[in-house]
Amino acid sequence: MSGVRVLVGTRKGAFILTSDAKRERWDISGPHFAGWEIYHLKGSPADPNRLYASQTSGWFGQIIQRSDDGGKTWHQPGTPPGEPTTTPEGMPKGESNKFVYDTSPETGKPLTTHQWYDGTPHPWEFKRVWHLEPSLTDPDTVYAGVEDAALFRSADGGKSWQEISGLRGHGSGPHWQPGAGGMCLHTILLDPKNSNRIFIAISSAGAFRTDDAGKTWQPINRGLHSLYIPNPTAEVGHCVHRIAMHRSRPSVLFMQKHWDVMRSDDAGDSWQEISGNLPTDFGFVIDVHAHEPNTVYVVPIKSDAEHFPVDGKLRVYRSRTGGNEWEELTKGLPQSDCYVNVLRDAMAVDSLDKCGIYFGTTGGQVYGSADAGDSWAPIVRDLPAVVSVEVQTLP
Amino acid sequence: MIRVTLPPHLRKLAQVDGEVQLDVDGPVTQGSVLDALETRYPMLRGTIRDHVTHRRRAFVRFFACGEDLSHELPDSPLPDAVATGAQPFMIVGAIAGG
Repeated sequence: MSGVRVLVGTRKGAFILTSDAKRERWDISGPHFAGWEIYHLKGSPADPNRLYASQTSGWFGQIIQRSDDGGKTWHQPGTPPGEPTTTPEGMPKGESNKFVYDTSPETGKPLTTHQWYDGTPHPWEFKRVWHLEPSLTDPDTVYAGVEDAALFRSADGGKSWQEISGLRGHGSGPHWQPGAGGMCLHTILLDPKNSNRIFIAISSAGAFRTDDAGKTWQPINRGLHSLYIPNPTAEVGHCVHRIAMHRSRPSVLFMQKHWDVMRSDDAGDSWQEISGNLPTDFGFVIDVHAHEPNTVYVVPIKSDAEHFPVDGKLRVYRSRTGGNEWEELTKGLPQSDCYVNVLRDAMAVDSLDKCGIYFGTTGGQVYGSADAGDSWAPIVRDLPAVVSVEVQTLP
Repeated sequence: MIRVTLPPHLRKLAQVDGEVQLDVDGPVTQGSVLDALETRYPMLRGTIRDHVTHRRRAFVRFFACGEDLSHELPDSPLPDAVATGAQPFMIVGAIAGG
């Protein structure tokens, strides 16, 4: 019987929520990696038992974890589960934790500086992995979006990582700047119809696209308007919070920006605002219905200064028209005294029929809807602050 | 035999309980102890000091014999009491909330 597995990253560990296709009763496992920040977990579309997790700490840095059995057991790639770590032969090399910017003259470019919060130049420093995006076809290939912003790739199941340096080498780096959460590459979209095309987004630099598998990149921010940069329509510098696409229509992109909800119908070459009747167009998450490419979800957040829902009412908004016309979805969600946030990687959709929608809050709730958003119920209420939510639809 | 204590998160990562005991060839310095530690527990590479520069991570401290050795040069000899195993070399996560 089919089912779903919801992968939840929190400030103090990872949790895995599983259910059958009814999505009424849930088993909760965790915390995995208790006490560590789990920025993101994601499963391979090519092998649902292959999961990757970004385990990070301000004290002890970056760890990559991998599961080959759907999250029952985990290991650092290169350290097979159960293998004694003191065995001289086959000793892991710890390379899976190693993210080093490419500065070689052949494949990389000397690091430039980016802007610090005050606009002064600041050197590139690796801090953590924000987002892991497994290949659509190969379980051993996975991309990592990191802070300070860069894109890395592993082709050996996470054992070792190499920077895709063409992105940072684009040349606009001196104009990139950190958002409040740091200068992070947080969104990676792999085009299911064109393996050479990847979209990424950086706070605060904007969106970029490659059409040659990462060798060269172009900024795709025309139509964005941002009042927090000197030139509101500059080529780079925009604080894109999230981009989403439907796999059947990968040239149509939906974006939640720092302010403004946007849409592109030409793979990012140009953007139009679709905020329409939203109560506020600030927010972090955006996602697309699994079966209806024109049905889009956002969770409006009051403002950049007040990171909580308007009027203390947690409302998901759904557009069935690809934007501009939005309906509020409130059934089962708290409609008073709710002041949580929903962070950029904390919404996901399953591909069951009806489509399931999930999102997590900084108050530790994970809400699920088994009817495309018409009604909601908390799966769990009291986790640590939720950073990311992903879902796998299991056969 | 050099005795090293790790903070709980790193003990869990290295799958060890209690102190770690290491043999160190040559002079007993911060650098040689960390080299030996990372050779035996490679999964700790990058968690205490940077993979490439070997610079101590900002929120990690080194204590021994009641002294803060965090800012000693990596090649400076550690106290005799650490070199003889009478006292542990303590790797500590800085108190910074969390």
